[in-house]
Amino acid sequence: MTAKVNDNGILQIAIHDEMTIYNAHSLKEMFLECCHSGTQELQVDLSAVTEIDSAGVQLLLLLKLEAQKHGFTLRLFRHSEAVIDVFELLKLSLYFGDPIVIHANWT
Amino acid sequence: MMSDLNPALETFTQEVDELLTTMEDALLVLELTPDDVDCINSVFRAMHTIKGSAGLFGFDDVVAFTHEVETLLDKVRNSERQIDVELIAVLLACKDHTVQIIQHALSNENEPLPIALQQQSEALITQLTGSSPISKGMTSTQEKKTDHFVVDINSSDSCDNWIISLAFKQNALRNGMDPLSFIRYLQTLGKIIDVIVSMPTSLCMEELEPEDCFLNFKIAFSSAVDKKTIEEVFEFAEDDCDITILPPHSRQEHYLQLLEHFPEDQLKHLGEMLIEIGALTEKELDCVLREQRNEHKAIIKPVGEMLIAKNILQRPVIEQALIKQEAIKQKINKEANYIRVDAAKLGYLINLVGELVISDAAIRLMVEKHGLSDVNNVVGAMSHRVEEIRDTALQLRMVQIGETFTRFQRVVHDVSKELGKQIQLQITGGEAELDKTIVEKINDPLTHLVRNSLDHGIETPEERIQAGKPEKGIIQLNAYHDSGHIVIQISDDGKGIDSEKIVAKAISKGLLKPDQIVSQTDIYNLIFEPGLSTKEEASNLSGRGVGMDVVKRNIEALRGSVSVDSELGLGTTVTIYLPLTLAIIDGFMVEAQKERYIIPLNMVEECVEMSSTEWKIDHVQHYVNLRGQVLPYLRLGDFLHNNKKHQPTQRESLVVVRFGEEKAGFVVDELHGENQTVIKPLGMLFENLKGIGGATVLGSGDVALILDVQGLIQYAKKRVSPALALSMND
Repeated sequence: MTAKVNDNGILQIAIHDEMTIYNAHSLKEMFLECCHSGTQELQVDLSAVTEIDSAGVQLLLLLKLEAQKHGFTLRLFRHSEAVIDVFELLKLSLYFGDPIVIHANWT
Repeated sequence: MMSDLNPALETFTQEVDELLTTMEDALLVLELTPDDVDCINSVFRAMHTIKGSAGLFGFDDVVAFTHEVETLLDKVRNSERQIDVELIAVLLACKDHTVQIIQHALSNENEPLPIALQQQSEALITQLTGSSPISKGMTSTQEKKTDHFVVDINSSDSCDNWIISLAFKQNALRNGMDPLSFIRYLQTLGKIIDVIVSMPTSLCMEELEPEDCFLNFKIAFSSAVDKKTIEEVFEFAEDDCDITILPPHSRQEHYLQLLEHFPEDQLKHLGEMLIEIGALTEKELDCVLREQRNEHKAIIKPVGEMLIAKNILQRPVIEQALIKQEAIKQKINKEANYIRVDAAKLGYLINLVGELVISDAAIRLMVEKHGLSDVNNVVGAMSHRVEEIRDTALQLRMVQIGETFTRFQRVVHDVSKELGKQIQLQITGGEAELDKTIVEKINDPLTHLVRNSLDHGIETPEERIQAGKPEKGIIQLNAYHDSGHIVIQISDDGKGIDSEKIVAKAISKGLLKPDQIVSQTDIYNLIFEPGLSTKEEASNLSGRGVGMDVVKRNIEALRGSVSVDSELGLGTTVTIYLPLTLAIIDGFMVEAQKERYIIPLNMVEECVEMSSTEWKIDHVQHYVNLRGQVLPYLRLGDFLHNNKKHQPTQRESLVVVRFGEEKAGFVVDELHGENQTVIKPLGMLFENLKGIGGATVLGSGDVALILDVQGLIQYAKKRVSPALALSMND
């Protein structure tokens, strides 16, 4: 996981791991830190998420709730196939409202 | 899957055929009389029903098209649109078109409509409504993967979806459940139209235990599978998830139809009916019933209400089921499912069955004697049938004791008024069954005992308040089955029996010697002795000291027993043991001194070898030490053949028998095992015979005597010294 702050005050993090119950704890810690960072916008790069399960979905949903509570914008981008798959299944794309780019080599 | 559906599809096509023909006929009549409401209704019904049934099979194109036609017809029904010759022409075209698209759906499953048909659909709809179809999604089953449409679960468009609610429990993830995998699997059975994922709003990231699960899902699901199949998807999640599956609208209509045609031959519970039509699964019913049992009695809700409240089924289905149930109930009542039979005929039948049992025993004996092994199986099967016939025949005479009990409500009501007492009668176990002849004969003793409780047991309200008891006294009548017997209890919360008074009275009557040591049980049993009443003044109800002895004699005449237990100031309980039937019993055959005897099987506790080394036999006092228990015993041979000298046989057995709380051992020479025993009364001459309750005819034609176990136990106990008897009662 990497985090960096852009010049325009946007906090950008990338998840380089799976988002499952096995690392839910560390994910939670990281998200919590982001929530308390006082940023205007949080961008989460999901391109390297190889696997996502219910615990991961739960965390993302909660992050969205927290964003609304703390008043910052949450943007998910570069959804990996695993993420898209789950978002499709649960029809979550509308809820998060982030544009999803489908790769040409989508299977 | 297909083979399952085929018969259903066949019904579907037939139904559609009929409906469309009716529709055509109706439309033609409408051409002449445009105001005929019946005809408009039947056209509407045709489209409506086809839509519903097509939905069941997932023929979305048919549903979409008929939906439009139906909407228009609804407008006609509500006089929002006038029916005229043009419209009838369009509707006739619609009818023909419906035939085509259904045919297409039947022959090319899962294939989209060819362009020509699709265009025709649209053209017809435009003609009908003057506009093109509202939702393209409805007419096409093929959607691109990325297509999204917002579906409001409560809108009419989504009514044809199953609504599946999943509320996962906090530990679900930890228990290895991944809700996603279930939803993924669900996808293989149909199409997930929409999902609403929700979490409690109070949840915040800070306090979240990331391994807890707070996810709730509401899924709009379109599929032709049945409820059970959907339920099975979530089978493994059952413990970690609250699941409700609400059937789609078209299903509901299907259920209503099934209920309409529900067989009317048998009255069923609401739940059973709903399971039968597939609207409810057994698991759902179990769950609701369990909940209902746990509810407090005062706020218990009917199953139907609970099903609606828990979102398992829609109200119309429940209502229809209840209406149907009521209809069945009335139909059955009308048909009168009882036949009045002359009791004498029944008695004759049971006698015959008794003879049959004896003949059966005779046949078995012959087969054994001649070693006809190939006949063995046949005879075995026949014996089994005979046993069944015996049980069924006896069942015919069984009646519930409840009716006898409830008769006492009136007695209690009248008598308590007369005595100026406040008494309530509580009845439990009224559904326990016993032989009608016994019920008839037990009525008098019961009346007597209840009157006793009313008169002697329950105190006046003033006395009760003084004693710190509620003003209202309670008499309880209870019945239950216990090892081949029925136990009837009459208990009151009155003043109880004063044992000292009884002893004093008994001594004055010469029943007891002043210095005699008597156990509490024995004292209570004294009240069954003739001429003993502790009531100072006799009333017109009871207290004359005659009665209790009659009660005892009557009960014993039925091969039963009666005992009293009481606590001074707290109440009295009279317990009656009665055999379930007087006709045929399971017996245990023993042999002593070349004579065969029958002991009712349910009274036999165990059989052991009579070995002097093991059981420390006391030959003088007649008791053995059975694993630390003092057990009086009786040598059957000696007892029943007083004149003959006992010849010790090589090996003796001890049969331990129990009656109520009391036990004794019978020493016999040989054990013969189980035997179906037809009880034949002994003649008047033998009525006073000690220890014999009746006789039976064996398969060999010999007569075996049935032992009066209770009497023999008493006799065995008397032969043991009172001191020993006392220690045994403790």
